[in-house]
Amino acid sequence: MATEEHTDVVPAGDRTAQSPYSNPAGSAVVRSDSFQNPGMPPHRARVTDTDPKAAKRAERIIVGLFYISIVGAVFAMAAYFAFPIRSNDLGSVRLNNLMVGLGLSFALLAIGVGAVHWGKVLMADHEGVDLRHPQRGDERTRARAVEIFRLADEESGFSRRSIIRNAMIAAFAFLPFPAIFLFRDLGPASGTPAEAYSHTMWKKGLRLTKDPSGVPIKASDVTIGSVFHVIPEGLNDKEDALEEKAKAAVLLMRLDPRQLRISPERRTWNYNGIVAYSKICTHVGCPVALYEQQTHHLLCPCHQSQFDITNEAAVIFGPAKRPLPQLPITVDSEGYLIAQSDFHEPVGPSFWERRGDYNA
Amino acid sequence: MLFPIRARADERPARSRRRSGRRSPLATVALVTIGLLLTGGAYTLFTASSGANAAIDLSSPQAIAQGKKLFQANCATCHGLALQGTVAGPSLIGVGAASVDFQVGTGRMPMARDAPQAEARQPVFTDTQTKQLAAYVASVAAGPGLPPSKYLTLTGDATRGAELFRINCAMCHNVAGAGGALTEGKYAPNLQDTTPAHIYEAMLTGPQNMPVFNDDNITPQDKQDIITALKTQAQNEDVGGFTLGDLGPVAEGLFLWIFGLGAIIAFTVWLTARAN
Amino acid sequence: MTTTPETTTAPAEAVSFDRTEAADARRSGAGVTGWAANYLDERTGISYVVREFGRKIFPDHWSFMLGEVSLYSFVIILLSGSFLTFFFQASMAEVVYNGSYVPLKGLQMSAAMQSALDISFDIRGGLLMRQIHHWAALLFIAATGVHMMRIFFTGAFRKPRELNWVIGFTLFILAMGEGFTGYSLPDDLLSGNGLRIIAGMVEGIPFIGSWIEWFLFGGQFPGTAIVGRLYTLHILLLPAAVVALIGLHLVFVVVQKHTQFAGPGRTNDNVIGYPILPVYAAKAGGFFFIVFGVVVLIATFFTINPIWTYGPYDPSPVSAGTQPDWYIGFADGALRLVPHGWEFVLFNTTYSLNIIAPIAVLGLFIVTAMAYPFLEGWVTGDKREHHIADRPRNMPTRTAIGAAGVTFYAVLWAAASSDLIATHFRLSIEGVIVSMQFTLIIGPFIAYFVAKRICLALQKKDREMALHGYESGRIVRLPGGEFIEVHEPVDEYERWKLVSYNDYEPLMLRPNANGKIPPQERVRAVLSRWFFEDRIEPVSTTEVELASHH
Repeated sequence: MATEEHTDVVPAGDRTAQSPYSNPAGSAVVRSDSFQNPGMPPHRARVTDTDPKAAKRAERIIVGLFYISIVGAVFAMAAYFAFPIRSNDLGSVRLNNLMVGLGLSFALLAIGVGAVHWGKVLMADHEGVDLRHPQRGDERTRARAVEIFRLADEESGFSRRSIIRNAMIAAFAFLPFPAIFLFRDLGPASGTPAEAYSHTMWKKGLRLTKDPSGVPIKASDVTIGSVFHVIPEGLNDKEDALEEKAKAAVLLMRLDPRQLRISPERRTWNYNGIVAYSKICTHVGCPVALYEQQTHHLLCPCHQSQFDITNEAAVIFGPAKRPLPQLPITVDSEGYLIAQSDFHEPVGPSFWERRGDYNA
Repeated sequence: MLFPIRARADERPARSRRRSGRRSPLATVALVTIGLLLTGGAYTLFTASSGANAAIDLSSPQAIAQGKKLFQANCATCHGLALQGTVAGPSLIGVGAASVDFQVGTGRMPMARDAPQAEARQPVFTDTQTKQLAAYVASVAAGPGLPPSKYLTLTGDATRGAELFRINCAMCHNVAGAGGALTEGKYAPNLQDTTPAHIYEAMLTGPQNMPVFNDDNITPQDKQDIITALKTQAQNEDVGGFTLGDLGPVAEGLFLWIFGLGAIIAFTVWLTARAN
Repeated sequence: MTTTPETTTAPAEAVSFDRTEAADARRSGAGVTGWAANYLDERTGISYVVREFGRKIFPDHWSFMLGEVSLYSFVIILLSGSFLTFFFQASMAEVVYNGSYVPLKGLQMSAAMQSALDISFDIRGGLLMRQIHHWAALLFIAATGVHMMRIFFTGAFRKPRELNWVIGFTLFILAMGEGFTGYSLPDDLLSGNGLRIIAGMVEGIPFIGSWIEWFLFGGQFPGTAIVGRLYTLHILLLPAAVVALIGLHLVFVVVQKHTQFAGPGRTNDNVIGYPILPVYAAKAGGFFFIVFGVVVLIATFFTINPIWTYGPYDPSPVSAGTQPDWYIGFADGALRLVPHGWEFVLFNTTYSLNIIAPIAVLGLFIVTAMAYPFLEGWVTGDKREHHIADRPRNMPTRTAIGAAGVTFYAVLWAAASSDLIATHFRLSIEGVIVSMQFTLIIGPFIAYFVAKRICLALQKKDREMALHGYESGRIVRLPGGEFIEVHEPVDEYERWKLVSYNDYEPLMLRPNANGKIPPQERVRAVLSRWFFEDRIEPVSTTEVELASHH
């Protein structure tokens, strides 16, 4: 603290005396008989202040710590070479990580503890005092600031020449728009999202194949209790395979046909109890794939929505509202499972343009 | 510039390590840690390689007869004397030897108590008895047999296996095989200590709520790849240090708050406490 | 009456030396240092800075170091992150992995994932740097959160620091943005599913949701643009904003000087503590290395984000226990706690309340927390500057509100691990979620009342101690045969800590000059009553005198 600035030292607990302007205290209670600050307590000397032996000991510890830090840093550098990473040997990665890390940890911790210990036990520990001043500028400064603004206004004519001023404000208002337009090409050049989200690559006659191999699935392969993770035939050859997969992934299950409750318009959508449902959750789009073959429940691992496969994947628990869209399937002449069409409604999370009449 | 240093370090790694070990405690800590890590790795290897295939001929009449006795004494109450099932337990007709070996071999059967699902525990029967039971159940009606031992070695394609595991298994069992929650108190168990034979049998038979992954869906070769991947991952997962139970960001976050921030706050208290 | 505290600082003349003095210094053995100082000063006038700030006082309390932890973790993040940028490729171009990790060899993945794996397995110290970076990121946001709690519960956001609270809060949000963008960069299965969730959430926003997602991802999810875009945000825009705001945040700390807790000699008009040079430079400087050391030690021994186990992103698989890093947990938890059926269709558009509601609740929570200083300032009507940090017990209602807020946040956060809670405590996941939905509503109220009762009880205890002293543990038998425990009076320094706090009364509603009571004044009066109805007055000298006569 620089003493020369603070000639106006005032008793604590008496703010009004110090402030040339006092702010309202609101509903604060100000009492006349409250306690007064007793001031600083007497200074207590540390062991290292009074006992030269203790000071000497502290000095040795600090020096020791700094040397440990050097050892740690050198060790880290040595470990970098002494424990190199050998190609295809994860054990060597583990050792390298461990040894370099240990060296660095000690280098850092020792220097830190050493410096703090020095500050605590050997550096002077008399507390200092800084005085605070009101945050606002003093009256003269504030008056001068107001004066400067007034002068600027007068000299520029900002208030007087209102036509110029308003034209300038209008110009500034228009300026940001080009910048906004420049972001247009973040998005793709053509198409609308609603259009893209409403269709997948499934179409009539496309075979159901195994994820990830793309091997077609025969209806006879799908035994009761089975679950197959399915992608459309030819997906792996597509350039935008991931985008298509993100919409077209399907889960194939076989139940006893008697267990399925089927609405009239979906009577032909399953094949001997083999049903295919979109794997993309109708909440926020995680893959829903935790199929319990006895309860026939599907669970989403992200937000725990649960779907009942016996009841056309209706939601029985959790934040999702809509059932998982069903893919109508049948078999081709060779016995392979094929799609009858695309999904009859958009898969995945809801979006604003999603119509409500898909199942009407 | 750097090469001579590396060469020297390579020449005498043992000596330089010993020297630093004598100098500072950090090397001791490191060595102990390495020791622990290696022991852990070796343990994983050991448990992974001890398969569940006891040398027993499942078609031998003695085994079937022994199995029948065991079955009648221990299992028939719930599953019925003719394996037909009762209110208390499902029919076992056609479940096959694989199913019996899995359920009994992992201690899930006989069931310890009425729970959302049968839990793995210390098996009640010896390996031989388990195989005898399997022989008996398989003799009544054919079903999936014990996995051929050639698919239980860890010589599959780990990359393919890991990919198949992620697609077919990870949503329930977690990518690291640490297990996960199912509905209504059920859970997919941790697979890290499960033997290759039991993993294979589980895929083949779909125990309890686990779906069936028959050989048309996941071929025997695929199954071997999956087992190889799981065990390879288990050996290598701690490259960066302890894995905090493979529970991902939740475990990491808790660890950071409790131990990371805890340690640092302890330092702040020390730092701001006035020295004596 | 305060005795004016002793100053330990050398007079200003000692530091401001002129050329002759510099020459003297040089001659008298100050050597290179003196020469360099003079060289610098003659070109920059740096001696003014040294004079102004060299002996600036910083008060000592452990909780005042929390912000420093946050700052230091950010520095660690910058250092380790710079290292990572030298090797990381923010590209979603498909490549075939051929590095050291066997279970991924030969697999197609993005260049981002491949380079992140190479950093981990094929660059010496790379894994360590990745783990340092990620652990430090978790620490950065955790320390920021704890720092904010310290500010809140001690009322350090009051005038003149309201704006700095807002800056700090913005920093907290930016830090979460930094964290999430970084978490998504390796393009692994876990972070990919995280992005999938973000995409789904964005999609659910009314009117523009599908378009925003379209623009964010440059087309359909996942696209080939998002990693590159997040990278630019992660290493350029967000860090620049964070650095700028941290700068501003610290300028405010310097200009307004740090708050201090009530204590003997400490007033609203001074700061008592240690000067920056040398003690605080040693302590705070050393502390940086301690924080760094702790982070490196954790990174040495504990794996974080093992992307090799997760594998590259593929839209089909997902892992059980898919969770975001802890600081996004509250948002994930909010999504999990939405009750069943919150979505409807009206006029052929879909309203995804199961997405909008959690976003709205979180938004409201954040805005309320950010605006709290202004709300409290309006309720108390106290326009004075406050530089003495409150003890949380002395503002029971504020502390209770804070406890309620923390509980609300904590329940959302815990909900993000509902599946792990279910498996680890052998509960059903449905039971866990339903009880958390319940706790989310009830919990904050319980926390509010418990915290308020505890505060009032502690205040009463303080009062008791200030009036009658502390229980000495000495039992004395009175002449009448009665046993009493002797109370020793607290000394004046201890007593000062117990009695020096702000005390507010509920606002009295009075008509204004027009004889009317404006509606906002009525609201204010209601809030004021809620805040200050239960109050424990600080002990006054009169009371102590009365008590001593007993």
